[in-house]
Amino acid sequence: MSPATTDTSMPIVQVIDLHKDYHLGSNVVRALLGVSLTIMPGEFVAVMGPSGSGKSTFMHVLGCLDRPTSGEYLLEGISVKDLTHDELATVRNQKIGFVFQGFNLLPRMDALGNVMLPMMYAGVTRPEREERALAAIRAVGLEDWATHKPSELSGGQQQRVAIARALTNQPALILADEPTGELDTRTSIEIMAILQRLNNSGITIVMVTHERDIAAYCKRNILFRDGKVITDRLVEERRIALDDLAAIAQAREIVAV
Amino acid sequence: MSAPTYTLPFPRARRQRVETSRGMGLGESLATALEAIGANKLRSLLTALGIIIGVGAVIAMISLGQGASANVAQRLQGLGTNLIQITPGSQRGPGFVNVGAGTRQTLTEADAAAIQEQVAGISGVSPVISVNVQAVAAGSNWSTRAQGVYPVYQGIENWQPQAGTLFSDQDEQDGGQVAVIGQTVLDNLFGNGNTGSGNALDAIGQTIRLNKVPFTIVGVLASKSGDQDNTILVPFSTAHVRLSNLTYVGQIVVQASDVSQMDSVQAQMQTVLEQQHRITNGNDDFTIRNLNNIIQTAQSVTQTLTMLLAGVAAVSLVVGGIGIMNIMLVSVTERTHEIGIRTAIGAHRRDILSQFLIEAVVLSGAGGILGIVFGAAASVAVSHVAGWSTVIVPQAVLLAFGFAAMVGVFFGYYPARKASLLDPIEALRYE
Repeated sequence: MSPATTDTSMPIVQVIDLHKDYHLGSNVVRALLGVSLTIMPGEFVAVMGPSGSGKSTFMHVLGCLDRPTSGEYLLEGISVKDLTHDELATVRNQKIGFVFQGFNLLPRMDALGNVMLPMMYAGVTRPEREERALAAIRAVGLEDWATHKPSELSGGQQQRVAIARALTNQPALILADEPTGELDTRTSIEIMAILQRLNNSGITIVMVTHERDIAAYCKRNILFRDGKVITDRLVEERRIALDDLAAIAQAREIVAV
Repeated sequence: MSAPTYTLPFPRARRQRVETSRGMGLGESLATALEAIGANKLRSLLTALGIIIGVGAVIAMISLGQGASANVAQRLQGLGTNLIQITPGSQRGPGFVNVGAGTRQTLTEADAAAIQEQVAGISGVSPVISVNVQAVAAGSNWSTRAQGVYPVYQGIENWQPQAGTLFSDQDEQDGGQVAVIGQTVLDNLFGNGNTGSGNALDAIGQTIRLNKVPFTIVGVLASKSGDQDNTILVPFSTAHVRLSNLTYVGQIVVQASDVSQMDSVQAQMQTVLEQQHRITNGNDDFTIRNLNNIIQTAQSVTQTLTMLLAGVAAVSLVVGGIGIMNIMLVSVTERTHEIGIRTAIGAHRRDILSQFLIEAVVLSGAGGILGIVFGAAASVAVSHVAGWSTVIVPQAVLLAFGFAAMVGVFFGYYPARKASLLDPIEALRYE
């Protein structure tokens, strides 16, 4: 399924000597100081670091919400630096699926409407939109909740709607900004189970997290500090979310007995 | 996971430009706008209220103005066209007491004859004697005004018979005791007990006594409007002999053959009358009035009034537009986070712009439609209750609606543009 499987030799993300300066009044905040890295198709990367480390800025650049001051960012070979505002919008729409900490669903629309939204901006016809949105909603196991509004869904369910929304335009890359930040442990592991399953099917995922436990579900961990990458390593003892969920269920059964 | 399979819209080739996606259609934008309006019904209604009142007021005011204008035009049409009226001047008593215009007894039938002979470019002249009479017929009596006029006067004043005939030159020569009566006189003398309106055919051939002098009714005049219908026309010669033994006349009415002749006719009459009355020092004992001027003045007054009312109403339309802008600005601020989400997942600037612009235009357009209904209903209600005639002008309706829609575009554009220029990162952070 994944676009990455069509051409595994080409990086999804290629970042070369990335700098980003912010001008706050007369002060210049240097948020990124020369970041270089490559993310290949099928990777599952956790980006970590304290606040002010530049990881949010890095994610904004990665998500084409912001342009680097200097350096090169190639997303599937496209140089993002030179794109116009609207071209960036198209890239976000077509190549990137966003999952946010606060879910960021539109409160007035039901789950199906929210999932269909990116396809509306892509100009997909309504019948096809519904078909694809329902497929995505099934993929995150929410088919019974499609007509519910976000306020009628639990946090975990809302995040699954957001994941479904991120999937609909068949992105090359899913960017998740602390997707488990507002969820309890068990629900967090459920969300990680879904992300692991998507990754297993070939989708490349980059996520920001504070929690080492959550980062352990990823394949690769990158640590930011002071605008630079200070650690970039593969996860040695990778945790499998489904196993952990089974263990939790078992533990509860024991308690219940 | 049962992965849905679809192809990516991008070829995997390395290239530097990105095809822009097709984006939202108009239908999608409209649906989004309607959804946003529906989510806040009371506020939307209150926002549109400014436009509803504005458009309604414009339409009601123009309808009323046009109604008044048509009313005036209709009344003036009844007076006849290209008329010049000569009335006696004011009478000055001892000590220069000004007794009042029209009281001098200076105009005579001879003056009318002189004008007829010496003035070029006229199509009719008639002296008019007005006599207050007690009219008695069919056992009823009615106090009214009898006018002794030449037969030509009936044509000058646009009188048409609704039954019978007008009186003739023969009647004038013979001093025939014949009369044509107006609708008001008919109603009061021959009125049916229930409806109060008289049947014109009943009156023809009947005898009517004016100050005890018997006349035969030969015709009934078609109604013009209210006060003009309360009259009885009789031949001038008959009135002169039978109703009034005075030698002077109340006024002389002259009709010019063409509107372009009015000024020349007026000037010639001035000369003729000054010769007739042997006036050399310019202290004329008569007044000449060009009725066309009066008609034009009356029409321009109603026209000005209409424009004034519509102008005031248009101001309220602009105020309504500012209300829309105000609410749209609030709405953009309120939905900053939503705009951030939409932008993040791929909305182009034009998508956001059109979403908010269409929302503003839908608000003002819906307000415009409701305003048309409201304005039309108001003018119909006024015409029923106050008895004013109103004319709903289609151009005014289109103009008011078009203006309302333009107000929506104009006042909606700034907030919509503001929304479309929001930075997605900032907007996403906004709570």
